[in-house]
Amino acid sequence: MNLSEPKNKDISKPPDYWRKPLDVEKYKIPHGAVHIIIERCKGCEFCIEFCPQKVFEVSDEFNSKGYHPPKIVSHDKCVNCKLCELICPEFAIYITEDEPMNII
Amino acid sequence: MSMNEIHPMDKLIRADRMPHIWCSGCGLGTNFICYLTAMEKSGLDLNKCVIVSGIGCTGRIPGYTNIDSFHTTHGRAIPFALGLKLANPELTVTVFSGDGDLFAIGGNHFIHAARRNVDINIICVNNFNYGMTGGQFGPTTPLDAKTTTSPYGNYEHPFNLVDLAAASGAVYVARWTSIHVRRLSKSIEEALLKKGFTFIEIISPCPTNYGRRNKLGDGLDEMKYYREHSIIKHGINPKEADLSFNGEIVVGKFVDIDKPTFLDNQPDMSQMSVNNKK
Ligand code: SF4
Ligand code: SF4
Ligand code: SF4
Repeated sequence: MNLSEPKNKDISKPPDYWRKPLDVEKYKIPHGAVHIIIERCKGCEFCIEFCPQKVFEVSDEFNSKGYHPPKIVSHDKCVNCKLCELICPEFAIYITEDEPMNII
Repeated sequence: MSMNEIHPMDKLIRADRMPHIWCSGCGLGTNFICYLTAMEKSGLDLNKCVIVSGIGCTGRIPGYTNIDSFHTTHGRAIPFALGLKLANPELTVTVFSGDGDLFAIGGNHFIHAARRNVDINIICVNNFNYGMTGGQFGPTTPLDAKTTTSPYGNYEHPFNLVDLAAASGAVYVARWTSIHVRRLSKSIEEALLKKGFTFIEIISPCPTNYGRRNKLGDGLDEMKYYREHSIIKHGINPKEADLSFNGEIVVGKFVDIDKPTFLDNQPDMSQMSVNNKK
């Protein structure tokens, strides 16, 4: 087998020959629960563009001021970095800590 | 609060005044939350923190801050802040205002407060024009940039604010953009805890006026531009941290020194009069 070219190209999953590390239980991926205050959003899309995990997408819905708020498309991916909370100019997003996720 | 969801920053803002007046895509809300985060992290007693501004879009920030806050007359935020600090030296006084307010009408106050090293913090949001009054050019508008009053391109040389601050005597000088949220928060925290005259410039999108007239796209496009064109150069001579229209943006911490403040140097007058009587 050519080791430089893993059979499994999907890097989000470990390759076939990967053995489970002994300390895998010790390390967890932080996880956040995302809260969007829809009525505060002005649709600037900063959160959508700059979330490193691409958790958001533009929603088709409008809020009462006519802006498209973000919608959460992959909540599982949120790593609780809180960048969206810091960059949203409208105080419209915040994150609360959720149960950390397993590495494998 | 009218909405039942509570944002963790709602305790530091006047949440009943939300939504704020700033346009969609304006960087001011982001700059504001970075300041609040820094203030929270600094561990300072919030009852002894004060925020002061002059007039303009940025000048609205104190009105939304849930600590003692003052919205003063145009250009006079620094003398007001100076008075607060000298009358009550325990206060941590921050001036949060725009480039037009601090450097056009308030320019003289700035250089002299810096020269005297009064222990106050200045945060200047630079969006290269007078946003609130309709996008006129000011002392920071880059050469060739279009504004309502320079429709064929600005032909005046702008200030380099970080160089001006350093040359005037500021002990802490940094520049960031609205996209550098973490570095900006950290920098504001450092400035709040630093003794002496500190200055932080924040390059910030104004899509409604500056961005639109210069075809920079919306606020998001300006933020992406900052991400792609900013270069961090800590410790360089601020003279070299020039800004040009459509060029790279040099950011970083340029000055961090210690020297006695205005109050440190002030002779003890009560002692003097006693000595004179002898
Ligand atoms: S906390 Fe980080 S990963 Fe989670 S949604 Fe916000 S920006 Fe994305
Ligand atoms: S950053 Fe805030 S205001 Fe902008 S789109 Fe996201 S939720 Fe809305
Ligand atoms: S005019 Fe410019 S600076 Fe003022 S709120 Fe609108 S985008 Fe922001």
